[in-house]
Amino acid sequence: MATDVTYAEAPVSPLDRLDTRTRIVVAVALVLALVSLRSWMLLGTAILLGLALTMLAGVSPRQTVRRLLHVEGFLLILFVALPLLTSLPPFIEVGPLSLSVPGLERAVTLVLRISAAALVVLPLVSGLTPIRLGHALGRFGLPARLVQVFLFSIRYIELLRAEARRLHDAMRLRGFRPATNLHTLKSYGHFIGQLLVRAVERAERVDEAMRCRGFAGRFPLVTLERLGLVDFVAAALTALLVSTALLMDRL
Amino acid sequence: MAHIPDGVLSLPVLAAATLAGAGGLALGVRQLGDRDIPRTALLAAVFFIASSLAVPLGPTSVHLLLGGLIGLMLGWKAFPAIFVGLLLQALLFGFGGLTVLGVDLLNMALPGVLLAMAVRPFVRAGRPAQAAALAGGAGALSVLITAGLVGLEIALSEPSFAPAIGVMALAYLPLAGIEALVTAFVTLYLLKVKPEMIGASAFIGSSP
Repeated sequence: MATDVTYAEAPVSPLDRLDTRTRIVVAVALVLALVSLRSWMLLGTAILLGLALTMLAGVSPRQTVRRLLHVEGFLLILFVALPLLTSLPPFIEVGPLSLSVPGLERAVTLVLRISAAALVVLPLVSGLTPIRLGHALGRFGLPARLVQVFLFSIRYIELLRAEARRLHDAMRLRGFRPATNLHTLKSYGHFIGQLLVRAVERAERVDEAMRCRGFAGRFPLVTLERLGLVDFVAAALTALLVSTALLMDRL
Repeated sequence: MAHIPDGVLSLPVLAAATLAGAGGLALGVRQLGDRDIPRTALLAAVFFIASSLAVPLGPTSVHLLLGGLIGLMLGWKAFPAIFVGLLLQALLFGFGGLTVLGVDLLNMALPGVLLAMAVRPFVRAGRPAQAAALAGGAGALSVLITAGLVGLEIALSEPSFAPAIGVMALAYLPLAGIEALVTAFVTLYLLKVKPEMIGASAFIGSSP
């Protein structure tokens, strides 16, 4: 993970022929459409479509499964609680617990919807490197300063992670082992504090270097990406797909 | 746990919270001078790294949110810093959704920024112990408010979830305690090592 931060030699997939901006817009449009779908059949179709995209993009099955587990984990408590605690009319009552059918149905809809959303977003976004994303943000028209903070962070996360590793090694050499106790929290507090001090001192040096070179609030964003025919085709296909799905859901 | 996945929130909730998040981001970016860029980026990098630290809690471990500390050190510039962190988490680790970025930003940045605003004068003026206690309190409270916001957004999107939200909120209590202590220890450390870094709003603030 450490090296992908600054540059990942991402494997080239057919999706890489799309402009980064197109990928983001398509992903957002698809998820927004999914939020309004209620039909299980359509949501199921979306899951299949997501799986197809995932394969097309060459995302490893392991990564896909991990992503799905992470996403479902979020709602685990809700899924358990929803059929039991919902205020909707009960179905089966066992003592104080009642299992409600509408509650179950909503839970299923939600699982389908979240899985579909994760499967659609993963292939469109996973191949992007942070630098590519940063440049795409700039070309989306986000404030230049925000884009600069993003690009600087990518660079310094790498450096500070090396510092963090050294600090951590030093702690381990002195026999530190994390556990559930006050000492651990105090050590982590000092660890974070020291990282902050080093970061701020480095920021001062970076600032001086930038001023020496006459930084005037602008960095060129170099990119070879252009909106091409593929992008218009992808956008048109997405629009068609979204409107068809929304229509079919209403009918 | 504070990251909401794609597809959970209803469109009105999504739109309203995203707008609010974007508003905070715009405010933060407006305060960013040329000279704040490296500082904000480096602090964003530290918080990104610190939030991937696994703090052991019994048989499992939790990740810190550090909203209170970020608010205290960056003020409104916490919004751009957390935005950067969220983007990278979504991209590199697949945490959180794409369409909910603005919502996550609001949930994680706003409580810390507002609480820090309230306690900053006292942190600056007070004795170390008092400053640490206040910073820790702000840290814990911002975790709970973040949890409250997440719960509220889910409950508004799917009203039948409302009763389950309470169960979820309980899960945040231990994290709030851990955040309080870690934030307090960081504050004490900074007061000893580099006191101008903590509490002084002018530290990151003004650009010439």
